[in-house]
Amino acid sequence: VCTSRFWFNYRHVANTLSVYRKWLKCFCLIFHSHIVLMLADDMACNPRNPKPATVFSHKNMELNVYGDDVEVDYRSYEVTVENFLRVLTGRIPPSTPRSKRLLSDDRSNILIYMTGHGGNGFLKFQDSEEITNVELADAFEQMWQKRRYNELLFIIDTCQGASMYERFYSPNIMALASSQVGEDSLSHQPDLGIGVHLMDRYTFYVLEFLEEIHPASQTNMNDLFQVCPKSLCVSTPGHRTDLFQRDPQNVLITDFFGSVRKVEITTERISLDGDLAGFESK
Amino acid sequence: MLAAAALLLLLLAAGPGRARRDALREELLLSPLPAGEVAATFQFRTRWDADLQRGAVSHYRLFPKALGRLVAALGVRELHLALTQGFWRTQAWGQPPLQAPAGAELWVWFQPTVTNVDKAWKELSNVLSGIFCASLNFIDSTNTVTPTASFKPLGLANGTDHHLLRYAVLPREVVCTENLTPWKKLLPCGSKAGLAVLLKAERLFHSSYHSQAVHIRPVCRDASCLAVSWELRQTLTVVFDTFSSGQGKKDWSLFKMFSRTLTDTCPLASQSKVYVDISPKNKEKELLEVTPTPASVHEAIVQGDKRTYAVYDLLSPSLFNTSRSLNVQLKWKRPQDSCYIHYQPAQDRRRPHLLEMLIQLPANSVTKITIQFERALLKWTEYPPDPNHGFYVSSSVLSALVPSISAMKNMDVEQSPLFTSLFPSSDGSSYFVRLYTEPLLVNLPTPDFSMPYNVICLTCTVVAVCYGSFYNLLTRTFHVEEPSRGGLAKRLANVIRKFRGVPPL
Repeated sequence: VCTSRFWFNYRHVANTLSVYRKWLKCFCLIFHSHIVLMLADDMACNPRNPKPATVFSHKNMELNVYGDDVEVDYRSYEVTVENFLRVLTGRIPPSTPRSKRLLSDDRSNILIYMTGHGGNGFLKFQDSEEITNVELADAFEQMWQKRRYNELLFIIDTCQGASMYERFYSPNIMALASSQVGEDSLSHQPDLGIGVHLMDRYTFYVLEFLEEIHPASQTNMNDLFQVCPKSLCVSTPGHRTDLFQRDPQNVLITDFFGSVRKVEITTERISLDGDLAGFESK
Repeated sequence: MLAAAALLLLLLAAGPGRARRDALREELLLSPLPAGEVAATFQFRTRWDADLQRGAVSHYRLFPKALGRLVAALGVRELHLALTQGFWRTQAWGQPPLQAPAGAELWVWFQPTVTNVDKAWKELSNVLSGIFCASLNFIDSTNTVTPTASFKPLGLANGTDHHLLRYAVLPREVVCTENLTPWKKLLPCGSKAGLAVLLKAERLFHSSYHSQAVHIRPVCRDASCLAVSWELRQTLTVVFDTFSSGQGKKDWSLFKMFSRTLTDTCPLASQSKVYVDISPKNKEKELLEVTPTPASVHEAIVQGDKRTYAVYDLLSPSLFNTSRSLNVQLKWKRPQDSCYIHYQPAQDRRRPHLLEMLIQLPANSVTKITIQFERALLKWTEYPPDPNHGFYVSSSVLSALVPSISAMKNMDVEQSPLFTSLFPSSDGSSYFVRLYTEPLLVNLPTPDFSMPYNVICLTCTVVAVCYGSFYNLLTRTFHVEEPSRGGLAKRLANVIRKFRGVPPL
């Protein structure tokens, strides 16, 4: 989820798209339909973008993280606190298409990545409203009650990000933030051709770390907690694991960043009735 | 083995009876525009001889399943959705082939069997927003209308009850790669073969105008019109400004525009053609040269004008014979209007703008050249003593070689009289002349020059009064003074006072 609007917040869109692209390309079993992507503003086709239809994350303009086959599910004015909470809790109007729903059940592991401008206990949406850490914690509890997740990893890259996970109280949640309360998260590098900062430090180093992960990797969560020490990030990244039932040492990164298809073989006959699935988006 | 062969034969026999015929035709039209740009219009037509309204259709081949199920389930008779970025400049570019408003436009005719049209409309916009990744779910009663005279059905219609029509436009909608990708995925060959390989987002959005549309309508299956077929038309119009990005040359090619060439045909297409508009403009022939040489030339009356098109048939085997790829190129044989432009922008307080253009003026016409400029603010010391007079912009210079009706003799310039030496001619057919325009007097916004003086006065007064008072209060010391005894006059006055009974001085 990218919650910032306006051209000078280019880096938040680049953050989100880089994570999206890393997910799709490096962990091949994830499909577009498994990801709900919310971008609060359009940077690629923004009239101020000197290279239309591109979003770059590195100052040498090596990698166009926007790509050719991105699918943005919620864009521009649709990215609101209400829509975000509705997607999480599943309370969506019945006519919402499948691509805009979080179709998870009690065996799904969910990764939530949020970036934007934040403060002590809140995250700003589009410069006009905020979501508080209490609302977020309650939304996660609703998800737990409705059995919408098995394990949940929450990553947030904003100023004072650690305040957002202070209030969680539902089990099986692990959280990572780019900075502690009272600290600002800083951006990584500007590009003089585009004229804005391209990425935030924490996300940059997390993605560098994820470069080495492949679907069969055995790296665990403790390694992810060590990413981006204060010397590189200037802020102190934080994490919270007390709600998680397993030991972080035993949790593989690929549990959240990869996808495992569990195949069940059955010899019974199953009859499919009428319209099972509504309309699908390809 | 025999059983397997028999089974195969049985399946083949059963096949044609159940399969419904569908066909894909793809076309690309390239038209050079008068101002130097190039418009490329793609059209992909999928026609399916099936009745989507009646009977459960479960096997989709060329027609995309997402749209087929939409039409069947929501009772849609006609659907037109267009997503556009930019505006078609009719004055500069001429008449558009297919125009659409900026943003998203959706208009739909529903079948008469639909009872609650508003509910179906809302559901339709939600489903389309999921398919095309656009915010079409913002379409609701506040931006939907039911036109009564425009937007008549374009396909087969049994009567036009306008309550079945809905029209909405979202002008704020942005079109970007995420809208193009699902549009491309609806094509039978995707973007892997045929004309759709040219559709790369990085080039398509680096354009002056981009419009993609989806049109679904029912059409007659044949001349007798006893059965209905469904036609899906996907169109994409894009205008490239090759002139400003191509170093001032109006030549273009497929590679320059799309950074790709055509390498393959879509095996599912029954027709795949590229048309290039080579109509002569301004009644001059033989101006354009198209490579490779077209197989045939087609003439037609389009939008009231006679136009000539060069046709390339991608399905003909001879086209890809010589090279594996097809790169259609267009060259202009003669130098065109303003083929040489030299522009040097100004640098503040260092050098002025310089603009030089080589123009060929057509006979009996008026050519207008306009330049826009902005007035900047100067520093207050840079104004002359009479700033309200204005600032002068120097005259422009026009140097021309004017053809002469009667031939002139070449004469020795030194000896010739005034009237021949002033207008020298190198050959007898034209003479050189230099003309100047009027200078321009521009009024720049002038500041109030008395303000610095006013500010100084005010500031000094305030400082003096406030600071001065404080300084006084803080540094003033008080000490008691002995009153003096007084002189003779005082003692005399005291004596008189004593007589009067008044206290002494």
